[in-house]
Amino acid sequence: MKSRSRSSAGSAESPKKSSVKAGAQIIVDTLLEQGVDTMFGYPGGVVLPFFDRLYDAPIKFVIPRHEQGGCHMADGYARASGKVGVVVATSGPGACNLTTGLATAMMDSVPIVALTGQVRTELIGNDAFQEADTTGITRPVTKYNCIVKDVNDLARIIREAFYIASTGRSGPVLIDIPLDVQVARCETASSVKMELPGYRVRPEGHAKQISAAAAAINASERPVLYVGGGVISANATDELRAMAEKAHLPVTTTLLGLGSYDQSKPESLDMLGMHGSAYANYAVQECDLLIAVGARFDDRVTGKLKDFAPNAKIVHIDVDPSSISKNVKVDIPVVGDAKHILAELINEVEYREREKWFKKIAEWKKKFPFSYDRNASTVKPQYVVDEVCRQTDGKAIITTGVGQNQMWAAQFYRFSRPRQLISSGGLGTMGYGLPAAIGAQVARPDETVIDIDGDHSFNMTMTELRTAVENELPIKVCILNNGYMGMVRQWQELFYNKRYSKSYLSNPDYANVAEALGAVGITVDKKADVSGAVKKMLSEKNRPCVVDFKVEREENVWPMVPAGKSLNEMDGLDILESLA
Amino acid sequence: MKHIISALVENKSGVLAHVAGMFAARAFNIDSLVVGRTEDPKLSRMTIVVIGDDRVLEQVRKQLAKVVPVVKVQDFVGKPVVARDLMLISISAPPEKRPEILPLIEMFKGKVVDIGPKFVMVEVSGPEAKIEAFINICKPYGIKSVARTGTIAMPRQAQTDS
Repeated sequence: MKSRSRSSAGSAESPKKSSVKAGAQIIVDTLLEQGVDTMFGYPGGVVLPFFDRLYDAPIKFVIPRHEQGGCHMADGYARASGKVGVVVATSGPGACNLTTGLATAMMDSVPIVALTGQVRTELIGNDAFQEADTTGITRPVTKYNCIVKDVNDLARIIREAFYIASTGRSGPVLIDIPLDVQVARCETASSVKMELPGYRVRPEGHAKQISAAAAAINASERPVLYVGGGVISANATDELRAMAEKAHLPVTTTLLGLGSYDQSKPESLDMLGMHGSAYANYAVQECDLLIAVGARFDDRVTGKLKDFAPNAKIVHIDVDPSSISKNVKVDIPVVGDAKHILAELINEVEYREREKWFKKIAEWKKKFPFSYDRNASTVKPQYVVDEVCRQTDGKAIITTGVGQNQMWAAQFYRFSRPRQLISSGGLGTMGYGLPAAIGAQVARPDETVIDIDGDHSFNMTMTELRTAVENELPIKVCILNNGYMGMVRQWQELFYNKRYSKSYLSNPDYANVAEALGAVGITVDKKADVSGAVKKMLSEKNRPCVVDFKVEREENVWPMVPAGKSLNEMDGLDILESLA
Repeated sequence: MKHIISALVENKSGVLAHVAGMFAARAFNIDSLVVGRTEDPKLSRMTIVVIGDDRVLEQVRKQLAKVVPVVKVQDFVGKPVVARDLMLISISAPPEKRPEILPLIEMFKGKVVDIGPKFVMVEVSGPEAKIEAFINICKPYGIKSVARTGTIAMPRQAQTDS
């Protein structure tokens, strides 16, 4: 699907041995040097020189239907693979359309390099056609961005972009490249030094702080290990598990931390927070030591800050110093790479039985498990997730939309390995699930990738289904279709007297939409058909498959810590208890 | 509490926007912000006066240090520093009032840098309190306009150094 137009404004040279190259060729060569073999993006006027050089480049290229989709694909690709996701867009609207994707990646610390075209340098500031102040617009949603005004800086800046995106607390970096810089030629050197005097990465934690953390763990009678997505970004899952096992700690994770710890282990407390497990939330509120690793004490995790973990001393291991004591005052901060720090910590922690504490946790687990009415005659959304988990043996890569669908996926799918759940945690971007699934499937062609989505989330980016068809990606989409913006409706039910103001709209026949776009479409409105539909969905090997599950319309996510309440003030516990 | 933060930053386009944007996005209060070149053409110094409690300031320092082109961050709070503002102030000074006003300018070690039939323009520099005091002294005569640089600062040498 490469552009056939070779008469581009660029007229960039064909690759020769000469060390004088056009900017567009330098971009391609630097991408290859950085190990890029896959990228996502959409062409346009001022990126034509670059796309011309891409014509012969050994890079797999996936074209989304909208740049936002492309950015989410790069994000899903990065989260599934651990590599930097690369996306390219043209100037103006192309660049603007990336912003939601960049903000999503920024909040969840996902390494992305975004390349955007820009109008010719001499036109900048003149309100030229398709001109936007891209670096201005994207500055708050990127870890770093800059515009390249001199072709001599191009290779260095792209190298810096990859380095910044993938080190420390990873994140998106955007490089804006005017048309004339892509066309301009310069001498190239094979090695150019990075110039980043203000960028420091501190991989090693302070030995004294690590010892202090170990001493606190060894002295603790009621510890909780609270794990965030940072452990997965740092590829520190093995170290985390070994440390938790050696010190004998109960483990709860954030939404993005799911998969860092095997949920089938008895020490797993599952997810904590607003829709976390009652046992995780109780344990956090009653613990005497909270060990946070690669987590940032987000408000959806802490509930009312003042009452959060009131009896606990707090250890915080994080690569980003600004995360320390941002929301919750930390007693023992350890700044550095989680992999390194956990490996050191393993040497210093000691096993303790903590019989009373684990007994108490077991009681909570027994009393308040995640549950739903399994005998209901309707299609319960939780049942769909349960069934997907059962038939995939808990091994699939799951992406999600945002809202109820996301919470049910987090509560009822059982994760056991890192990079298995791909979800927009911080920004909460509806429409993320489908393009993220495409990116994940591109990164992991041999795995089963399933987007557990909501109907309204799916509506936002469903055009990308055609991208999956075109690239023969057999992603699966399970729409938990309740005809509402489910989480909005839940809040309106609970806090706005059931006044369902603007929280529903008419949906298309998703099976027909899927078929029209070249995918397989299935509609399920009976409980008895759920299992068969999941089986059929999983058997599709070449085409995407969309299953429209018409689920119970007003099902709620339980438990729930209402906004502003503390973690132990959960609603819905009576419901869970009655179903236990 | 008022803190004077000194940040050494890379001298390239977008840095000021990045720092100012970060302050706005995180709802930090800037009292003043001054940018100027340093002895090294690759570096500029930003002197930022910020108001906030210890927790806010800890975040200000960390978030500032996190901005990629910011090379070094110092908070001068509690340290001996020389801090100075520069002000140009235009005061209503008809000839009959001048004998009264000129000694005041003298007292504040100000300099008359422009004089016309109705106004005098005065240059005053010094600690912020002195600048404020001079403004208050001038108020009864009528102030036409004020332009101030905001604070710049540098730590004093430690007296124990030999």
